[in-house]
Amino acid sequence: MPVPQRMEFFIDLGRCIGCQACVQACTECDTHKGQSMIQLDYLDRANSTQTVPVICMHCDSPTCAEVCPADAIKKTEDGVVQTARKPRCIACNNCVLACPFGVPKMNTPMNLMMKCDMCYDRTSVGLKPMCASVCPSQALFFGTREEIERLRPRSKPVNRFQFGGQIITTKVKMLAPKDTPADAVDITAAMYQPTIGQNILEEMLLEI
Amino acid sequence: MSTKLADSTNIIEAFGPHPAYSHGVWLDTGVEPDKVVKTHCCFCGQQCGIQLKVKDNQVIGFEPWYDFPFNQGKLCPKGIKRYLQGAHPDRLLHAYGRDATAASGFNAIPYEQAIDRVAAEINRIQSQYGPHAFAVLSGASLTTEKAYLMGKFAHACLKTSNIDYNGRLCMVSAGAGNKKAFGIDRAANPWSDILHAEVVWISGANVAECAPITTDYVWQARENGAKIIVVDPRITPIARTCDLFMPIKPGRDVALFNGILHLMIAHDWLDHDFIDRHTVGFAEVAAHVEEWTPQRTAEVTGIAEKLIHQAAEWWGTAKTSFLMHARGIEHHSHGVQNVLGAINMVLASGRLGRENCGYATITGQGNGQGGREHGQKCDQLPGGRDLGNPEHRAYVAKVWGMSPDELPPPGVDAYEIFRKIDAGEIRGLLSICFNPVVSLPDNNFIRRMLEKLEFFVAIDFFMNETSHYADIVLPGSLHEEDEGVVATAEGRVIKINKATEPPGEARQDWRIIQDIAQAIRRERGFAFNNSAEIFEELRQASAGGIVDYSGITYEKIERQYGVFWPCRSDDDPGTPRLFEPGAWNPIAQGKGPFYFPDGKARFNVARYTPPAEEVDREYPIMLTTGRVVSHYLSGAQTRRIGPLVDHYPEPRIEMHPLLASRLGIADGDWATVESRRGSCTLRVQVVKTIRPDTIFIPYHWAGRQSANQLTIAAQDPISKIPEYKVCAVRVKKAIQAPPEKE
Repeated sequence: MPVPQRMEFFIDLGRCIGCQACVQACTECDTHKGQSMIQLDYLDRANSTQTVPVICMHCDSPTCAEVCPADAIKKTEDGVVQTARKPRCIACNNCVLACPFGVPKMNTPMNLMMKCDMCYDRTSVGLKPMCASVCPSQALFFGTREEIERLRPRSKPVNRFQFGGQIITTKVKMLAPKDTPADAVDITAAMYQPTIGQNILEEMLLEI
Repeated sequence: MSTKLADSTNIIEAFGPHPAYSHGVWLDTGVEPDKVVKTHCCFCGQQCGIQLKVKDNQVIGFEPWYDFPFNQGKLCPKGIKRYLQGAHPDRLLHAYGRDATAASGFNAIPYEQAIDRVAAEINRIQSQYGPHAFAVLSGASLTTEKAYLMGKFAHACLKTSNIDYNGRLCMVSAGAGNKKAFGIDRAANPWSDILHAEVVWISGANVAECAPITTDYVWQARENGAKIIVVDPRITPIARTCDLFMPIKPGRDVALFNGILHLMIAHDWLDHDFIDRHTVGFAEVAAHVEEWTPQRTAEVTGIAEKLIHQAAEWWGTAKTSFLMHARGIEHHSHGVQNVLGAINMVLASGRLGRENCGYATITGQGNGQGGREHGQKCDQLPGGRDLGNPEHRAYVAKVWGMSPDELPPPGVDAYEIFRKIDAGEIRGLLSICFNPVVSLPDNNFIRRMLEKLEFFVAIDFFMNETSHYADIVLPGSLHEEDEGVVATAEGRVIKINKATEPPGEARQDWRIIQDIAQAIRRERGFAFNNSAEIFEELRQASAGGIVDYSGITYEKIERQYGVFWPCRSDDDPGTPRLFEPGAWNPIAQGKGPFYFPDGKARFNVARYTPPAEEVDREYPIMLTTGRVVSHYLSGAQTRRIGPLVDHYPEPRIEMHPLLASRLGIADGDWATVESRRGSCTLRVQVVKTIRPDTIFIPYHWAGRQSANQLTIAAQDPISKIPEYKVCAVRVKKAIQAPPEKE
């Protein structure tokens, strides 16, 4: 059964508290038990507690599939990009290197690329994915467009991301502030922007 | 202590902590569980609903419980991986007796033999030194039935005054403050009142790590337009994106609250009608805060004046609000004053007892609320009754079928119990669900006292670090091996359901207590056949008290997804929100919603005093301690769960780069922290998210990694909570890792 189209995945990085509930819950998913497909990192712990969970964005034109020489990575009709098919995957790592979001992981002992499949065993039968089910801050949210509009009135979903000259459209949406002007997030440009607020504590204390 | 302690390396090799990882059936896919049990997480006061999948008497995983209203499926990493504590290699499957000739220091012995030994020692110590020479330490992670039974065991069976519990380390400042101001000790509101508050004020609560699910309530309030104010010495994950952050100096919270009230009065941001009709004592408090000008408040708290003005304006002019605090303001030698200061701010605003107008402490332990209600506190009887009150004694004695004169007088707090060991007044100890060697301050003193005991018996499911000092260790039950109720941080009484049977010779803790009662031939009132029977007696014992459970049944809990106490009759659905206009209670008898004879809340003058140990030239840095998201309390459980250990494998010293550079310390270096009580060498994490005059160390670890070697045993004079949140230390760079041995 395909994942119902009305159910969508939204990520709100502003909410993430770095608790790793998503990482731990991912290991409980029946299709890849014991292995997490989510990477959660501090962006810059020396300066901030900001953390970022990386799940598969399920691209409309998945770079991982495009670079796969064995045609092992398939997108199902519902737009979910599946883990590499075991009989086909040659463990060449092309997808791992090519994915702009850094999602696929090579499972060396199994000679198989593995990645988030949006908990296909759950979402295809009407359940929420493990990560979005447990996420204490609901930085990871799985639900309908109506629900997200009601629950997050200050945000707008964005699903276009620019990496240099490449624009990628994804099934998974990221929540940006409602007044964000651009309709695509320029990821590579953001890498060179100075971080804001990292001296906030010193500035506050200096005012005494 | 009859024989010398074995080498700790050998004890750890035999009993752990060993981190467990998923293997075998835990990793098999497509396993059909025999049953799926709806229950709750074993960690923290939020008590999230969870469904445990059980196969062949083993919890093999979980499934979110989407219908449970508090968390709706959400869980933190501890809850997700809690199943790894079952079928654990360190699980105690037998009773153990100390044996100096055994490499691990202990030998497995038959359960009955262990019980007989415990009984003989209780009888010997009590007949030789009197009933109070045998003490009991209990815990707030036990179900309420067990907590009730522990109180009854001490007071009615052992007839010792000396029982206290590890909630003494946790919620007691809030409890004492709430009783002084409201006459009742419970969160005033359900968490749903956070969602539509205009201002959410969080003081001294690392919500994201210690009460992770509460995060969604806070963020959702902001989506609905709330301003979030966070007061903390560290920019915690919840503080990172709040609307107003106030980087307070540890131990100065009451000064801030007084300063805010000063501005509320100056700007007339007061609810005069509420103050007149529902409170007493405002004039004295108003006079007291006159001296707390913004300038003085800023000087004492280390918070810039303009932030104080901004916070006062938001708080003062809001129409709805929710104030939450936790151990950050409570773990102080003046913790009760801090709490009273916070409550004064709430009372002056009049925003209480209404929808979206709330106040709560975020209770920390699994049954932090229920564990402090029914008689395992040193001065307490069931139903929130007082051991020192003749009427209360008479009521409970009747339920227990004894004369009130047989009940002992009130005893002393958990730390004082150790001082009484020092004084030779206490010679024997039974401990359950408590790991004081890790969790009490100045724990080098605690070790010496445990060694001094003539007899020490510990009940636990793992050999925790305190059990190393025991003469007998009895194998108790895991959370999933018993049923019973707990009360959550919201005051919601919920039901823990049994998923598995205790393995080996382990058994439910209440059975062990009853076996001891029988072995000392004082079994009257200790013949319960199951938890449900204990709960029935608890209902009766609590009836008519402030903490009235008489209308709560297991069935009603299941049907309503929990019952908020007080619940006074079969057709009473319970009380989600306290202090609503017109609410009845047995103290006020209809005169008002608060639990005093006139039905009015009390303003209390909240006095600022500095921490017991101020910094000086010798010890120039403040140390504050707390929790991390992947561990729980003394770590007896979470340090045995592999994925949680990997998340945060060892304590680190959080230090601001300004301080680090002054000390010549770089990120990742080893450093030795010294206080007047002990020292501790750990790696440093250099971060800009902490005040430069303060360092932070999480306290979940034992031995050489224990932060409580450093902390001070100063206690609040009212609540007796220790001052974990601030003491004076010095720090110097260390060359290498300390030796592995403790």
